[in-house]
Amino acid sequence: MELRKNYFADVRKDDLHEIGQPRPRSDSPGHVTGKTAFFADRSFPGMLHLKMVRSPHHHARIRSIDTSEAEKHPGVAKILTARDVPHNVYTILILIQVGPEDETVLADGKVRWKGEAVVAVLAETERAAQEAAAKVKIDYEVLPAVFDMEEALKPGAPLVNEYHGQNYYLYDSGECRKVRFGDVEAGFASADHILEQSYQSSPIEHAPTETTGCVVAPEGNDRFTCYTNTQAMFFTLDNTSIILQMPGSKLHFVGGTVGGGFGGKVDVIVEPIAILGAKLTGRPVSFVYSREEEMQISSPRAAEKVVIKDGVMKDGRIVARKVTGYTDAGAYSRHSPYGAQKGAGHYPGPYTIPNVWIDTYCVYTNRTPSSAMRGFGVTIGDFALEVQMDKLSRLIGMDPLEFRFINAYRDGDMKAHRQPTEGAALIECMQEASRAANWPVAEKFMAMSSYRKGA
Amino acid sequence: MAKVPVQFTLNGSEKAEFIDSGTTLLNALRDKIGDTSPKGGCHQGTCGACSVIIDGELRLSCLTLAETCNGAAITTTSGLAEGGVLHPLQRAFLDTFATQCGFCTPGMIMAAKVLLDHTPNPSRDEVVEALSGNICRCTGYEPIIQAVLTAARANSQNAA
Ligand code: FES
Ligand code: FES
Repeated sequence: MELRKNYFADVRKDDLHEIGQPRPRSDSPGHVTGKTAFFADRSFPGMLHLKMVRSPHHHARIRSIDTSEAEKHPGVAKILTARDVPHNVYTILILIQVGPEDETVLADGKVRWKGEAVVAVLAETERAAQEAAAKVKIDYEVLPAVFDMEEALKPGAPLVNEYHGQNYYLYDSGECRKVRFGDVEAGFASADHILEQSYQSSPIEHAPTETTGCVVAPEGNDRFTCYTNTQAMFFTLDNTSIILQMPGSKLHFVGGTVGGGFGGKVDVIVEPIAILGAKLTGRPVSFVYSREEEMQISSPRAAEKVVIKDGVMKDGRIVARKVTGYTDAGAYSRHSPYGAQKGAGHYPGPYTIPNVWIDTYCVYTNRTPSSAMRGFGVTIGDFALEVQMDKLSRLIGMDPLEFRFINAYRDGDMKAHRQPTEGAALIECMQEASRAANWPVAEKFMAMSSYRKGA
Repeated sequence: MAKVPVQFTLNGSEKAEFIDSGTTLLNALRDKIGDTSPKGGCHQGTCGACSVIIDGELRLSCLTLAETCNGAAITTTSGLAEGGVLHPLQRAFLDTFATQCGFCTPGMIMAAKVLLDHTPNPSRDEVVEALSGNICRCTGYEPIIQAVLTAARANSQNAA
């Protein structure tokens, strides 16, 4: 790869030494020899295996839980329910004051999605844990469920999560995150054309080759070492400390080797309950998701719906943009309030538009809780925005790449969420893309600059 | 549970264990013998991370019962480097950046080794076919394909 000298020539003093040069990765020798230690490569004598009993219903009240048969199953060491968890209701982002706590470690009185953890079984072997889990009897009263975001926002929809009291996340700005810039209605009134389209996506599973899990070893002094493939070591440590009501000094987390994450391993799901199991039994505990759990239980990327209305001039300028975004958090917040908020800042795209109006909702439904995944909150939005850009250019009969040059943001432009643009490089990227893809644009666009005034 | 004896060679050295009947070779290697280079990505024969070589053939150790391996010669990725010198495939995986998280890597190397043992100068299509049972979620496969072709070229140069 080569970064052409003519890009940013007058502000670049460097000769690039690293970019474009191959450098060996420090972890590769371990990978190719099979020596890299993933969490599941550790095992300890007397290690117990944890299996979850999960809700078969999307939404139900738990009338009773009977573990008596399961307890008698050979090899069972311990069975855990909600009342064993010191601080059972938590939310990951409470660490940065994004509450309320809205999710149970083990379901208490109610399940809100199909697959929710209800009872944890610890046994000598995986097989014994699995067999005993099948003997746990749970009596459910099935409740009406809601799976569609717009249905969930209608009055009278089943209430998914009582900790919120309504089926959307309540921001300090109200029922949604809002961006207001210029006068969007005046912008539409002045536009030559208006195009309104809606875009939708399904949840997407990261499907890492290594499933989520951890191995916990008690150190004998009331301290626990947790080998984990979390992508969020300190979030996990701090949340575990809250959930187990244990000082962080009692918890030693070992990780950093992740067999594929892509955002799917930032939730705090397996570690607290495995450490609790190790604490209550005094034995090492392994809790590893099966492939089925990885695909069905671990958080996917949220389903999204994005409605975009644009006003555009015949000369190619976008003069107004109104966006309503919906992020399907599923039954619990996890990282979704943050994802929806990112969307609000992002929907104008890398374009300078004088009149912008954005609402983004984080909606609760009885679907699998969604969370982080590579660029969550903006990736689906980018798909929608760029399809919209192509449609707009077709509407006014303009080359789609030239249309983007006309609207590209440049240093000094004020963005709709009132951050001035700095360090923009969109124009230069498009110039290079035009060359690389052999998609020529008019010379005046090839002479443009992201940062040089007048160019 | 009644234990059954198993005995085989692993990367050239003799191994003997008593295991629970029904134990997979993957679990026997990892939990009993301590060779954790084969990985369990699915335990149901779909990802290829557990691939090993049994008597010269590529096998999924998660679908192989350990007790059926009596007398077999088993090779895993942890046994490929000789005297601290990397196998040409290992070298090529390093040089072409064919590893990211590394979880699929031992299985990929096993599949590639069986291919090159049978077909020293494979076409690109033959490489793709040989790796088609191994899932990688990180690299997009291209660097892995390049690694196998690079190793094949290195082998044929050494042979010439
Ligand atoms: S673990 Fe054997 S194929 Fe996935
Ligand atoms: S390198 Fe991560 S799965 Fe292949």
